[in-house]
Amino acid sequence: MRGDHSEHSFVRTAIGHPAFVTGFVLSALFVALALISFVWTPFDPTRLAISNKLQSPSPQHWLGTDHFGRDMLSMIMVGARVSIAVAFVAVGIGMIIGVPLGLYAAARRGSLIDEIIMRGNDLVFAFPSLLLAIMITAVFGPGAVNAIIAIGIFNIPVFARLARGAALSLWTRDFILAARVAGKGRTRISAEHILPNIANLLIVQGTIQFSLAILAEAALAYVGLGAQPPLPSWGRMLADAQTLISLAPHMALIPGFAIIITVLGLNLMGDGLRDLFDPKLRRGRG
Amino acid sequence: MTKYPMAAAAVSMLALGLGLGMTPAVAAKMDVSIGMQLEPPNLDPTGGAAAAIDEVVYANVFEGLTRFGPDGAILPGLAESWEISEDGLSYTFKLREGASFHDGSAFDAEDVKFSLDRARAEDSTNAQKALFADISSVEVVDPATVKVMLAKPNGSFLFNMAWGDAVIVATESADGNAANPVGTGPFKFSEWAKGDRVELERYADYWGEAVKLDQVTFKFISDPTAAFAAMMAGDLDAFPAFPAPENLTQFEADPRFEVIIGSSEGETILAMNNKKPPLDNIKVRQAITHAIDRQAIIDGAMFGYGTPIGTHFAPHNPAYVDLTGQSAHDPEKSRALLAEAGVSDLTLALKLPPPSYARRGGEIIAAQLREVGITAEITNVEWAQWLEDVFKAKNFDLTIVSHTEPMDIGIYGRDDYYFQYGDADFKAIMADLANATDPDARTELMQAAQKKIADDAVNAYLFQLARTGVANAKLKGLWPNSPTQANDMTGVSWEE
Repeated sequence: MRGDHSEHSFVRTAIGHPAFVTGFVLSALFVALALISFVWTPFDPTRLAISNKLQSPSPQHWLGTDHFGRDMLSMIMVGARVSIAVAFVAVGIGMIIGVPLGLYAAARRGSLIDEIIMRGNDLVFAFPSLLLAIMITAVFGPGAVNAIIAIGIFNIPVFARLARGAALSLWTRDFILAARVAGKGRTRISAEHILPNIANLLIVQGTIQFSLAILAEAALAYVGLGAQPPLPSWGRMLADAQTLISLAPHMALIPGFAIIITVLGLNLMGDGLRDLFDPKLRRGRG
Repeated sequence: MTKYPMAAAAVSMLALGLGLGMTPAVAAKMDVSIGMQLEPPNLDPTGGAAAAIDEVVYANVFEGLTRFGPDGAILPGLAESWEISEDGLSYTFKLREGASFHDGSAFDAEDVKFSLDRARAEDSTNAQKALFADISSVEVVDPATVKVMLAKPNGSFLFNMAWGDAVIVATESADGNAANPVGTGPFKFSEWAKGDRVELERYADYWGEAVKLDQVTFKFISDPTAAFAAMMAGDLDAFPAFPAPENLTQFEADPRFEVIIGSSEGETILAMNNKKPPLDNIKVRQAITHAIDRQAIIDGAMFGYGTPIGTHFAPHNPAYVDLTGQSAHDPEKSRALLAEAGVSDLTLALKLPPPSYARRGGEIIAAQLREVGITAEITNVEWAQWLEDVFKAKNFDLTIVSHTEPMDIGIYGRDDYYFQYGDADFKAIMADLANATDPDARTELMQAAQKKIADDAVNAYLFQLARTGVANAKLKGLWPNSPTQANDMTGVSWEE
């Protein structure tokens, strides 16, 4: 590792990475929209004005109105809030539970507890994720909270496996051996030496999982198992537009593009981050 | 009436065609594909309540003693004529000669006796046993005459006998009708590809006027988008109850199609659980009815197709009273009534079955209720779940559903019905109605019943579901209205 990777040079390298910059800008755009929606939206997204229904984009309604005359821009803004909140909490659940599980398993490699943790993860992983999400929401009732739980559960094995795999390769390294010789316990080594060294990997994976969680939330909402009306949600906006697609194509295109742009942005950002964190690549650029 | 000039024209056209030496090779299309949203669970109209059963077999495969005409009038069916005794207690039906079942067995008075006795038996699985409740005995006078004795006069007996649940089945084949229906109608059952379609074909030995189609296919397409695509692609010739009213403007603009807007028997209501507090308080129910803007629901959920109703009765019925003014949209009054009832921060569970009138209408109603300070928590449910949870277990506050049976105001007299009204005064009106045979007295009682349920604000009455159909412009003879759940193909033909 080079010794000069200060904050300053990292930012400079990042700005020079076009994919990362594009991804960052697109993702930031939707985060900004979501944040703005807390204080201001052009119209009340839950207020119906049937006489204004199915209007195309116009100076008054920038993105047009839906079949109930609700302002689409306002709905997209509040929908962004729902999507991002669900994805953020779901990925958070996955990380907070998955990473310690993976680290714990790696620290006791080959033990019974390692087997139990990892086979348990395989079990969750083997299940078609959307199917189990539908099952969870069917049992506990549809709603944003249950969607979060369902998507969160699926993020656990992803992070557990990643953390275990990365940690295993570190456990054989000399600096870990040094730490052990110094008398540090396994848990302390995991927290103080392993975790900081795999943080980059986790952040990259987290970005990718974030985009997958947004897709999963939209899919659940599309089949009616996500956030319930009157709370707007991108997936339900798509579902509502389904029979109106030939009459008012903007109703389907707008939430569709919102999902595409956000997911694309997060994926580009994830790819960019991986490149930036990769020491070999950075040296090549430097 | 108008049938004769048509028949005369057909005859002259036929003569002209023969005269010019036209060959049958250029004859018009002889088959038709009809789209339906729901697939029937079985094909026995005497053994199930699902509307889809009648929509396939009524008048096509099975016939009753009487039948509904396209305008809802009661016409002779398998009974050619009838005589009613002075006291209204005995009906003597003269049966059609030469009618036969599709398996070849002859139709006679024994089959009528068997069918009626079977439907009213203790262990009968008939979904509408009340239709037969007044029958005390059925006598076979001779093979072509049946005498039905009633325990008390019943002014709607001939109407009751026209229902799909009262069709005549054969002694030999009755048990197999669920999978292989055998009736006396102009079409016989040929194939049921489960999950896809039911095929009927012309029955050569039909007793009545020959039908103009050789084959009828009922295709089941539940998804409105797929239904739209199938119509546009020409895979279907007609979709008599098209599920997506938003697409109708596109069909209207296309000369290949004809949009048929009629009325249906579907009273669409916001049903309330009358026994569950605080909905047991009439003031709360009235507040809900005043919070609702019917026109906004019709425009928003049904794209303008539908007639506002103020009670549980079809507006095209001569006895209908317009009571919409009594529960007009008035949020101020609604808030005042809630305050009077001492209710605040009211949260109600609104359960919505799949049709778009319910799902979209529910979102609109929730927004309207929000205006007066009531929170309606929407839960979307599938039909099976709705039947279990709402209809049987009565675990709901509000729900939206369209009651599509004809003349079904009687459900308000049932104690155990899902909205749990069962008021004693209402039951008395219904009992009087059942005994009344004088048309004026009947109208008066029907109007009293309509007013009673509107006064008690049992449910919020929204609109009469329009029957929005779409058909190939060359297909003639489909019913514009639906006086009963049926797709009667007997008068359908292709133009040219």
